[in-house]
Amino acid sequence: MIPLIDAALLVFMAVITIVIIRHHGLFTVVMLTGIFSLLSAGLFTVMDAVDVAFTEASVGAGISTVLMLAAIALTTSEEKVVKSGRLLGLAVAIGVGAVLIYGTMDLPAFGDAAAPIHHHVAPKYIASPGEFDIPNMVTTVLASYRGYDTLGETTVVMTAAIGVLLLLGGKENEEDAS
Amino acid sequence: MKNQAIPRLTAKVLIPPILLFALYVQFHGDFGPGGGFQAGVIFAAAFVLYALINGVKATQEVVSMRTLEIGIASGVLLYAGVGVYTMLQGAEYLNYNAIDPTHPVHGQHLGILLVELGVGITVASVMATIFLVFANRARRNA
Repeated sequence: MIPLIDAALLVFMAVITIVIIRHHGLFTVVMLTGIFSLLSAGLFTVMDAVDVAFTEASVGAGISTVLMLAAIALTTSEEKVVKSGRLLGLAVAIGVGAVLIYGTMDLPAFGDAAAPIHHHVAPKYIASPGEFDIPNMVTTVLASYRGYDTLGETTVVMTAAIGVLLLLGGKENEEDAS
Repeated sequence: MKNQAIPRLTAKVLIPPILLFALYVQFHGDFGPGGGFQAGVIFAAAFVLYALINGVKATQEVVSMRTLEIGIASGVLLYAGVGVYTMLQGAEYLNYNAIDPTHPVHGQHLGILLVELGVGITVASVMATIFLVFANRARRNA
């Protein structure tokens, strides 16, 4: 059953990607990227990564879509069509894609118990719900073992807001009114 | 969308459960999926919905830009402050065991709760701020 769901989700994602490339109306494209995020959230759920799926659904499919729509309202809703250099772009994209696929050939298979990532600190993290008495080990890793990283991520989010406030958040003045 | 009954009513019905769900995700992150990041985004989504229906101005009467700016900074300060507190207790930065030296597991629980709350406050304020700033600029340009 699961391979069937995987296949269906991936086919949908592939189709949406092609439509995004072919379509020039940015409103439609933003909506499709939201659906793409929702589908990848479904994919993460199938892979038992519910926390990641939750983030993808709320940030990727939710807030990002709204922010992109807000950006469209500020700029334009038509893509500027570029005619020159398209073959070069295609060649670069195919080249990079081929290199990436070649790179993944060395990766251990999904769920492989012998993969290096399952033999470093992971066993300790998986035992941690007993140590901290917290059932969700994602929370213990995120907030406790990797507390520094999460502090850094929160600071990055804050920095993003400061950047937006500095660029667009100024008070209304004579120059803007004209 | 001020004069459209169905979107207005839908938003009115949806906003309280969205806020409640955000709080559930925030404080239930120890037991199920979720945590500060997701909760913050969901909390901000309620404000975005309110702004879409009632306009940016009405939203800023509910929560002013000043409040949001304070929220952005105070979440990170709460997070970093927990680390400073554990240092004052004589342990490493962000070593929550030191919050309750007689019962380290309680210290971990409280520490995780507080830093997740900090993440939630910052993320919610940031998302709401970014949307309101964009929408405000669009309204001015129009």
